[in-house]
Amino acid sequence: MKTWLIAPIAIPLATATLLVLGFSTPRRQHAVAFAGTLALAVAAIALLLGVEREGILVVQAGGWAAPFGITLVADHLGAAMVMVTAVIGLATVVFAAGEVDEPRMRFGFAPLVQVLLAGVCGAFLTGDVFNLYVWFEVMLIASFALLAIGGGREQLDGALKYVALNLISTLLFLSGAGLLYGMAGSLNMADLHQRLPALGQPGLIAAVAVLFLLAFGIKAALFPVFSWLPASYHTPPVAVSALFAGLLTKVGVYALIRFFTIIFPREQIGLDGVLVVVAALTMVTGVLGAAAQSEFRRILGFHIVSQVGYMVMGLALGSPLALAGAIFYTLHHIIVKANLFLLSGISKRLSGSFELARSGGLYTRAPFVAVLFLIPAFSLAGFPPLSGFWAKLLLVQAALELAQWWVVAALVVVGLLTVYSMTKIWAEAFWKAHPDGDAAWREPLAGRERVLLLGPVIALALITVWIGLWPAPLFELARAAAAELLDPTAYVAAVLGGGTP
Amino acid sequence: MEALLALLIGALVAASVYLMLSRHVVRFLFGLVLFSNAVNVLLLTAGRVRWGAPPLVPEGLEVPLEAVANPLPQALILTAIVIGFGLLAFALVLSVRGVDALGTADLDAMRAAEPRADAAAKEPR
Amino acid sequence: MSSLILSTAARLLVALLLLFSIFVMLRGHNEPGGGFIGGLIAATGFALYVMAEGAGAVRAVLRIDPRKVAGLGLACALAAGLIGVAAGETFLRGLWIELPSGKVGTPLLFDLGVYLVVLGGVVALVLALEEQR
Repeated sequence: MKTWLIAPIAIPLATATLLVLGFSTPRRQHAVAFAGTLALAVAAIALLLGVEREGILVVQAGGWAAPFGITLVADHLGAAMVMVTAVIGLATVVFAAGEVDEPRMRFGFAPLVQVLLAGVCGAFLTGDVFNLYVWFEVMLIASFALLAIGGGREQLDGALKYVALNLISTLLFLSGAGLLYGMAGSLNMADLHQRLPALGQPGLIAAVAVLFLLAFGIKAALFPVFSWLPASYHTPPVAVSALFAGLLTKVGVYALIRFFTIIFPREQIGLDGVLVVVAALTMVTGVLGAAAQSEFRRILGFHIVSQVGYMVMGLALGSPLALAGAIFYTLHHIIVKANLFLLSGISKRLSGSFELARSGGLYTRAPFVAVLFLIPAFSLAGFPPLSGFWAKLLLVQAALELAQWWVVAALVVVGLLTVYSMTKIWAEAFWKAHPDGDAAWREPLAGRERVLLLGPVIALALITVWIGLWPAPLFELARAAAAELLDPTAYVAAVLGGGTP
Repeated sequence: MEALLALLIGALVAASVYLMLSRHVVRFLFGLVLFSNAVNVLLLTAGRVRWGAPPLVPEGLEVPLEAVANPLPQALILTAIVIGFGLLAFALVLSVRGVDALGTADLDAMRAAEPRADAAAKEPR
Repeated sequence: MSSLILSTAARLLVALLLLFSIFVMLRGHNEPGGGFIGGLIAATGFALYVMAEGAGAVRAVLRIDPRKVAGLGLACALAAGLIGVAAGETFLRGLWIELPSGKVGTPLLFDLGVYLVVLGGVVALVLALEEQR
């Protein structure tokens, strides 16, 4: 069973190797990439089932026992994130086969996507702070290249800002790791959980925690360090946008959740107040920024910021229900947001522009696409019975339980403002007539392209509806994950004790 | 020794922040390089500094004879240097391409991805 | 830029640097050195050759795309990790076989992978920069 733990990292890397060394035509590259990502999905399902059945799984890489070696750990949170990573990977690989042009393919688009997936899965599965840094870098370098390749002016401009700010975040992360090692003499997460309280230096620990908060805050696009996201996410091909929008900021959120439960538990750090304020400001600025935009993908980019605020709010509130809500929100959001980005690509393909002012008439031209847009859009805004409703409901319920009235107000008001932006996209791109008349129409989707572009969108929409109608399994998963994080005894025991070297 | 290194880290970070606040893209990159080096020195310092005792086990023995320097921070720094080198090399290539394509090295003037509202209105598309 | 002195010296130096890079990589087994620094030295050789003869000459000498070299390196490193799994041990476990000249094992394969990744990656970057002009 434990060998499956390596699979989500090894399979994408092996696929990337295959793609670099052979299969020169774009069509074969797409086919191999699809097969590899399918294998990743199978491994992710096996891993999730294994965690459900046997509890937390641990592998000591190279046979060096924790805390000396690098430990790979799959708990409920990690396994669930790997699962959803595989789903998004599949969707974008299929969509890319219908969208990405030949120069980009020749430059190595397909292997880069696989390296990115390996980095994301590695980040979700590692139990070591420094190893997390390494996976962040693997992910970053692949994302840099994906953002920059084949690019014109806009893309290079966006990539420069993305690279610059992410490098700063990386260096802050590394400084934090160095200071943590200097204090505790270990970088194993479970070991740190045991060692830090014994140090008796809450001030120093809180200072290091803030360093990590800033580093992961940049990655997750929290207020006030989010500006790289709306500057870059709308520039690359749509498949890349969707992959980034679904996964990359969420790796930052994941790292925040992991660090601020296991390594820096809330009762020791006293940063809850800061986190609550930062989360609320992130929610509000994101949604207001979106209201000011008039480009499809830039609106969606600002909404990522706003939604990340919701997830961090769940972490900041800190009760078991709130944390479960944050995890539920993250999982749901990855699927919905990636889907919306894919839909923006279809809208561009049909109406010729991402600019809302230059597009329109999709409702009459492609009513099916319009319906497909409504599902994730309503889910994002939190309409019942879609997945976003349950995610928001959990957070609101948690805030009510804690009597944080103004948080409840923020959650609800930002939700309403989200509806406003979605309505704007609907009214502009779908409802109104195209400003250039019928002459502006591109040929409708047909044949292979229709399958490749619409297939992933339909699949993700079905998952959204499915979570909406049967939220219980995902909720149970989120609750189990939250319970493991808030009481890491089982996690610590699995990593440090009894694990066969 | 640690105090001296701490001062050095402080000076490096100060210089790097100053450079990164510049609007010129090359200065920004230099700032990033300095910051990266400062963090590497920080990793070394955090692992405690010890003179002239490389963590090598003499031939035929299982453990070193005397107290040696902590090898873990060194491994961490090596990894960090390797990764930092790769990222900075990429950032450099990207900047060269970006400056070529955008026709400016002024970060404030790079607004191809986020056109100003008035500029977008004036520019017919 | 073409200079007789540089291009004559480069021919000799490239060979020397490549040889030295392999020495450094193998030395890294027990002493300072290793795949990363070895790969960098080899890449320096090719960078020198780029300066002397231009990017086209280096592509012709290399014959395969430097990105494929990096891919090959990734394959080596991954194989070094998976051999451990195949042998029933954990991922990346170091396994050794005795040869008359000494012990050879998966860490060496991993180092070779690092060497190739660094060589391929850096040469690809240098070529990208050179061809930009």
